[in-house]
Amino acid sequence: MNKIENAIKEVHNIDKLSNQERYLNKMHPLMKLLITIIYILFLTSIDKYNINTTLAMGIYLIVISIIGDLSIKNCFKRLKIVFLLLVILGLANIVLDRLVITYIGFIPITTGLISMITLILKGSFAIIASYFLIITTSIEKICSALKMIHIPNILITIFMLIYRYIIVFLKEVERIWTAYSMRSPKQKGVNFRVWGSMIGSLMLRSIDRAQIVYESMEIRGFNPNTFFVQKEKINKLSLIYFLYCILLIIVLRFVPIFDIIGNIFV
Amino acid sequence: MHMADAMLSPAVGATMYVASGLVAAYSINKIRKEEDFKKKIPTMGIMGAFVFATQMVNFTIPGTGSSGHLCGGLLLSSILGPFGGFLSMIGVLLIQCLFFADGGLLALGANIWNMAFYGCFIGSLIWKFIMKNGMSKTKIILASMLGSVLTLQLGAFSVTLETLASGVTQLPFGAFVLAMQPIHLAIGLVEGLITSAVLCFIYEARPEILWNGNNKIEKEARFSYKKTIAILSCLVVIIAGGFSLLASSNPDGLEWSIEKLTGNTEIESKENNVYQTAQSIQDTTTILPDYSFENSDNSLGTSVSGIVGCIITVVFLLIVGYIIKLKRKKGSYLENE
Repeated sequence: MNKIENAIKEVHNIDKLSNQERYLNKMHPLMKLLITIIYILFLTSIDKYNINTTLAMGIYLIVISIIGDLSIKNCFKRLKIVFLLLVILGLANIVLDRLVITYIGFIPITTGLISMITLILKGSFAIIASYFLIITTSIEKICSALKMIHIPNILITIFMLIYRYIIVFLKEVERIWTAYSMRSPKQKGVNFRVWGSMIGSLMLRSIDRAQIVYESMEIRGFNPNTFFVQKEKINKLSLIYFLYCILLIIVLRFVPIFDIIGNIFV
Repeated sequence: MHMADAMLSPAVGATMYVASGLVAAYSINKIRKEEDFKKKIPTMGIMGAFVFATQMVNFTIPGTGSSGHLCGGLLLSSILGPFGGFLSMIGVLLIQCLFFADGGLLALGANIWNMAFYGCFIGSLIWKFIMKNGMSKTKIILASMLGSVLTLQLGAFSVTLETLASGVTQLPFGAFVLAMQPIHLAIGLVEGLITSAVLCFIYEARPEILWNGNNKIEKEARFSYKKTIAILSCLVVIIAGGFSLLASSNPDGLEWSIEKLTGNTEIESKENNVYQTAQSIQDTTTILPDYSFENSDNSLGTSVSGIVGCIITVVFLLIVGYIIKLKRKKGSYLENE
C-alpha cells in the first residue's frame, strides 16, 4: 500500500531534516512557531482580489528557503491534497463572479479568476510555511515551544506519544496489509468480511501495548502533571531573526512592492 | 473534511481556536478528575497513533469501486470516552496538519471543532443514549451508523458555515450545503459500517474495554408502552396547539417571493379550469381553511386548527398502518395455506 509507505517515508524524511545542523534549525523553536503563525495570519487576511500582495507574500518563503538552504521541491507532493480542494472551491468563484476587469489577448480576466488564483496561492503559501517550520524544528523542540505558550502537559504528552508510535503502527498496518494482499491477490481494498477482525485485532494489541507503555512510564517515574520538556532560552540571534522576519512580513503585507517596482518601469 | 488555511479568515480561525480551546480545557479538567487518569494518558496517545495509522487502510465497499475509512472520533470516544477521545483527536489532527499538510495551522481550531468535537462529544452522546440499557451488536451497529452520519453531517455543515463566514467563496449558502451534505451522508454511512465492524469485533472479544461496556444496566424500560404513548400524545397536543399560537402571520419564504412579484401571497388563476375545479373541491372539503376558522382571525382558531390537523394526520397514519398490517397478515396467511 503506497499510501502507508509514503507516510512512513515522509515522517522519516521530516525527522531527518529537522535534526540537521543548519542555520534555521538552530533558531529558537518558539520564534519559528510564532513567525509561521503570524505569517499565515497576515497571508489569510489579504483581500481575495488582492493578487499583488498575495504574490508579494511569496517573497518571504523565497528568502527563508535561501537563508535556511531549504528545498521547496519536496513540498510539492504535500500541495496536491490542498490544491484539488482549493481548485474546486475556486471554480465556483469563476462561475459566479464574472465581472470582466481586463483582457489578456482575447481571454477575459474576471474577478472570479483573480479570487481563485489568490485562494490557491494563499493555500499553497500557508502549506509551504508550515513545511518550513516542521523541517527545521524537531518534534521535541515544537513541544518545548508549545510548553512555553502554556499548552497543558497532557496535550503535549499525547502529541509526543502519537508521534512516537505513528511509525510503529504504520509499519504494523503495512505488515498486516502485505500479508492480506498476498493471500487475496488482485483485490484493491480490504474485503468487508474481514473489516472487523483485521483492524479489531490490531486495536486489541494496541490497547495491550498501551498498558505496557504505561507500566514502563510509571517505573521511570512518569507524572503527567510535572512532565518534563526541555526548555530552551531565547538567544540574541533568534531574537534578531524573529524581528527580521516579522519586519519582512509587515513590509510585504502593507507596502505595495510590486506596484512600486512596476511604476518605476511603466 | 480537513480545512486548509486559505479557506478561513483570521477572525473565523481565531474564533474556532477559542471554541476548541475551551472544550479542550474543559476536557483536561474532567479527565484529571478520573480515577485512572494517569493510566489513560498512554492509552490516549497510542490509540491516537492507532487511529491515524488505520485511517490509511482502504476498505472496499461491496458493490462499488470505491473505498472508505474508519470514523476516528467515534472509535476513540467509544473506547476512551468523550474527553479522552477529544484530546486524542487533537493530537492526531496536529500531527496530520504538521506532517502531512492535512489541514493548516490557522485552520486547526476549526478542524478540531468539525471533526473532534462532533465526532467525540456528539458521537459519545449517541453512543451513551443507545447503550444505556446494555450493549448488543445491533445497538453497536446502530450507534456507529447514527453517530458517523450525524457527526459527519454536523462537521460538513460547520465547514460550509466557516467558509462562508470567511468570505472566500462566491457559492451561495444553499448550493454549498447541497454540495457538502449529500456526499458526507454517503461517507458517513460507509464510515459507520466500518467502525461498527471493528467495534462489534471488540464487543465479541473484549467487551469490557468499550466505554460504558462494564456498566450494563438491567433491561427494564423506564416507561411502559402505554405511558410512553400517553406522554407523547400530551406532547403532541401541547406542541401542535401551543406552538401554533406562535405561528408567524407574515408570509413564508415562497409566499413572500410570490407577494414580491404579484403583490399577493397567492397566485390568481384566470383561465385555468383545472385549477378552478381543484380549488372548488378544496373549498368545499377543507375543515379549517388556511388553518383557522372560516371568517375568523382569532388565535383560538389557529390553535384549534393545529390540534385538529395533528389528530387528522395521526388518525390517517393509523388507518394506513392498520390497512398495511391487515394486508401483510392476509399475505402471510395465504402463503401458509
